[in-house]
Parts: sequence; structure tokens; C-alpha cells
Amino acid sequence: MGSRASRLLREEEIEEIKKETGFSHSQITRLYSRFTSLDKGENGTLSREDFQRIPELAINPLGDRIINAFFPEGEDQVNFRGFMRTLAHFRPIEDNEKNKNASASEPLNSRTNKLLFAFRLYDLDRDDKISRDELLQVLEKVDVEQKMSIRFLH
Amino acid sequence: MELFFNPFDNLLCILLGISFTVWFTLLLVFIIVPAIFGVSFGIRRLYMKTLLKVFEWATLRIERGAKEKNHHLYKPYSNAIIAKEPTSLEEEIKEIRRSGSNKDLDSATEFELSDIFYFARRGVESIMDDEVTKRFTAEELESWNLLTRSNYNFHYISLRLTVLWGLGLLIRYGFLLPLRVTLAFTGVGLLVFLTSVVGMLPNGRMKNFLSEKVHLMCYRICVRALTAIITYHDSENKPKNGGICVANHTSPIDVIILASDGCYAMVGQIHGGLMGVIQRSMVKACPHVWFERSEVKDRHLVAKRLSDHVEDKSKLPILIFPEGTCINNTSVMMFKKGSFEIGATVYPVAIKYDPRFGDAFWNSSKFGMVNYLLRMMSSWAIVCSVWYLPPMSREEGEDAVQFANRVKAAIARQGGLVDLLWDGGLKRAKVKDTFKEEQQKLYSKMLVGTQEDRSRS
Repeated sequence: MGSRASRLLREEEIEEIKKETGFSHSQITRLYSRFTSLDKGENGTLSREDFQRIPELAINPLGDRIINAFFPEGEDQVNFRGFMRTLAHFRPIEDNEKNKNASASEPLNSRTNKLLFAFRLYDLDRDDKISRDELLQVLEKVDVEQKMSIRFLH
Repeated sequence: MELFFNPFDNLLCILLGISFTVWFTLLLVFIIVPAIFGVSFGIRRLYMKTLLKVFEWATLRIERGAKEKNHHLYKPYSNAIIAKEPTSLEEEIKEIRRSGSNKDLDSATEFELSDIFYFARRGVESIMDDEVTKRFTAEELESWNLLTRSNYNFHYISLRLTVLWGLGLLIRYGFLLPLRVTLAFTGVGLLVFLTSVVGMLPNGRMKNFLSEKVHLMCYRICVRALTAIITYHDSENKPKNGGICVANHTSPIDVIILASDGCYAMVGQIHGGLMGVIQRSMVKACPHVWFERSEVKDRHLVAKRLSDHVEDKSKLPILIFPEGTCINNTSVMMFKKGSFEIGATVYPVAIKYDPRFGDAFWNSSKFGMVNYLLRMMSSWAIVCSVWYLPPMSREEGEDAVQFANRVKAAIARQGGLVDLLWDGGLKRAKVKDTFKEEQQKLYSKMLVGTQEDRSRS
């Protein structure tokens, strides 16, 4: 008979993820179900192939880079915590969060962190700088004709 | 010692003998005889109504359990995970740029760093919830139907519910499953035997008549073997000879459901084993279209055989599932154009299963055929609705692909399914690179377009 999730999410884990990412209880359970449905190997982690199986992501010109954003340096598997941490960047900023205590670390979905996520899509070698080559690579990827000028360098 | 055990043994034997006889008589009277004549006692519908009431009660208990813990219940079916806005590439990028820069839009730059926001968001949206991958796993339910295979709220199950579930388990595996397996064997066995017998008759009206009756009877027994409760709508549109019947595909059971209400010529590949035996005996009684494995690749051969069959008006209508693979019954995916090129009248049929009683979708990457059939026979029931849609033909100036899409839209509308353009083959294969290039072309067209406006002004 077998249940859908190979492993159920424990309450403590849900609480930890809630604190770290700000997602609500039902959002976390729903995204966990999504995570397990993408995890074809049923080993609790996602590989790059699992992401590439999503057709809408595969046809996105930046698909590969977005997938890379989920995997920390040098690793090939991402677990549920890492998955949620990356998704948290896209959570909407709510008004009541703006005035939270300043001592707490910046939430994952702050404006700065969102910009950092977008920046990292350009910064392929992860040296925190966008080199000219990296930028040209981006332009190649979006298939822009040679006539287009690159205004903001030199 | 022996004298002591003997009367006991005798009694046991007698009891077993009586119970078997009673069992088989009941089986015969209530199930097989009605199947032969195509009548129904209405037992299955009563069963269905009782089950629904039990499920509602079970869901209420779970909701109450969740409220006690002050949590929101995880309701997978009701909404999508995220809100997606159906805006186009161009609109969204213009919006991003407008809010970003102070510059006048007429002197818009060709490429902005901020354009990446659009692609990043779309990409992550598709990671959270996409339209395609979820069609290849079983549909998620809103209420619990007392099967562990379809529940996500294990935290909230009380003692009473567990007892109920245990009772359900006992009924399903102890009573329903053996009954159904017996029926299934009876049905298949009769099919093979009787079609071989009918095959020995000379070709003619008598043979066709008998073959029809035999097929219908055996399929009806199989329907009862699954406890399938089927409602047929608009039977006046039933497919006629010389036509092609197309339907959306969810599981191999689709064939049994359609064939128990009408006679069709099946199309398919010859298999080995039990399937092969059934196929070979069926074709003795009436002409089905079976292909050898090598012939399947040859599209012209396939098309020729199908059109030959269709032209002979004495032959039964062909049954085809143009999606080519099993989809989970929430959507209809791309129809392969082969059957729409032949030029015969197409009779669309929409099949929609009610997932509350047992999910009929066959996830062939997860379960083999035998495993799947066992799961089917140990669910509560298979409940579905079949709509016979009015016949359609290819119109002037329409090519096969457009015709296929028109038929697909009609089936999706009737069955309440989502109409998708994606290919069902994506279940196993990767998406082609040409689709990615199309997205890139779209973006670059937008950029080049602004350049043209600039040079003009």
C-alpha cells in the first residue's frame, strides 16, 4: 500500500524551517509534497536531473543557472532544507516583517537577498564579481544579435 | 485418537463444502447472470452512496483533529501552490523596466540587467508548481478515502479513524479482493474460451452476432471484477462502423470500460504471455488490428492497415488512444496526429474517473501491470463517467494537427479536464531543444523590435 512520502516531515523540522524561511506550516507541507514528487530516486535529495525533468524549466533560457542556484559550491545533491532556503528568496515581503527586531539576521526574502540571487545568476564563477566575459556569455545565451551594443562597460 | 478427530474433520469438510456452494451460487446469481444479460441490481450504487457518507465523516474527523492542534489542514487538491499571472514575456519585461528606470520608454535600452527577474521568477515558479510533471502522478484528493495510499495528514488520525481504517482494510483485502480475483479469472477465461469457439464458425452474420455477445458478456464480467460503476452519457453518439473512436487515456481499464458498452476493434502491439494469448483468441472471433513489434515503427504501414480497416464498413469501429501514454486524468495532453490523418469520421469519447473511490491512473514507471491490477482490485471501487461526443470530421483547410487539437479541446471541455499542448511523451523523454530556442527567439525578437523602433524615429 505504501504512503506517498517516503519519510514524513517531523514537527520540529517544520518549526525550524518556518523560523529560517518564514513560510507557513501548510506552505511547508505543500512544498514538501512537491519536493518528494520531484525526487524520483526517493533518497530525500534532489539532483540536477530531477530539476531538468520539469519541461517548463528546461525551456527557460536561464534554466541551468537557476538550477545551479540550488546547489552549494561543489555539491550535486540538495536536501529539503537547502531547497526551501533557495525558494525562500521568492517569498513576498510582508509589511509586518519590515519592523522586526534589527538584531535578527536578515530574512532570506529581503530586498538585498533577492538582488543577491539575481546577481548570482550572472556571476557564474561565484567570485562575487560580474566579469566582462560572464556578461558576454549571458548575452550569447539570450541570442541577441551582434549589433546590440554593450553600453555600460569601458 | 483417530476416532476422536474423524467426526470433527467430517464436520469441517461439510461446512467448507456448504460455504463454497453458497459462495458460488451467490456469485452466479448476483454477478455473472446479470453480466450476461446486461442488467444490474443496483447493489453497486448503494455501495457507492454508503461509502461517500463514510468518507465525509472521516474527513470531518481529520479536520477536527487539525483544528485541535491549531494547524491549517494540508489540502492538496483545492488550490495550486502559487498564484501565476498569465502575462506574456513582453508585458512583464516592459513592466519591470518601467518601474526600474526613470528613462522615457521610447529610448528604451536593448538589454537591461533587470530583464533577468522575469526569467528567474518564471523558472522558480515552475520549480514550485508546473503544469506537466504533476500529470504523471496520481491525482491528490481533498477528502480522505480511508486508503493509506492517498493521505497526507497522518498526524491527525484519531483512534476511531484507525479502527475504521482497519475495518476497511479487512473488508477490502479479505472479502472484496478474493471475490474480484475470482471474477477476473472467470471473465478472462471465458473470453479466451468462447472467442476461440466462435472463431471456429464460418464467417457470416451468425459469427458476428455471437462474437458481439461473447465480447460484451466477458467485458461485463470484468467490469464487475473491478466493481466499476460507470455512467454512460449521450449513448446516441456511440461510434458506428467505419469510424474511429478516440478517447483520453488514463489506464488499461479504459478499454474494458468502453468495450463493455459497445463493440470495438482494438489496435495495439502483440504482446507475449497471457496478454498475447488473449489477443490471439480475440482476433479469431472478430478482426482486431494487432501489430508485430517491428511493424509498429513503420508509420505508413500502420496508417495503411488502419485505413483499410476503416473502409470496410462491415468491420467494427477502431478504438485508439491518441495520447500514446497514460495521463493522470486531470488533463488531456497532445494527441498524436496519426489517427487524424486517415480521413475517417472521428467519434470522441471523454472518460473521467472519480478519484475518491480508487485512483485508476497507471503510473507505469512506479508499478508493473500485476501490481497495478492488485491495487485496482483492492480499492473501494472504480467510479467513472463516459461521455459520447458527437462525431467530428476534418474540415476544409484544416490539417491533421489542427483537427487533433479541435477534438482534444472538445474532449477536455466535456470531461472537465485541463487542455494542455505538452506531449505525453515527456513522461519519459526530455523536452526538445527547439522549444528552448523558441523562448530565446521570443526574447530576442522583443529586443530587436525596440531597436527597429529607434532607428525609425
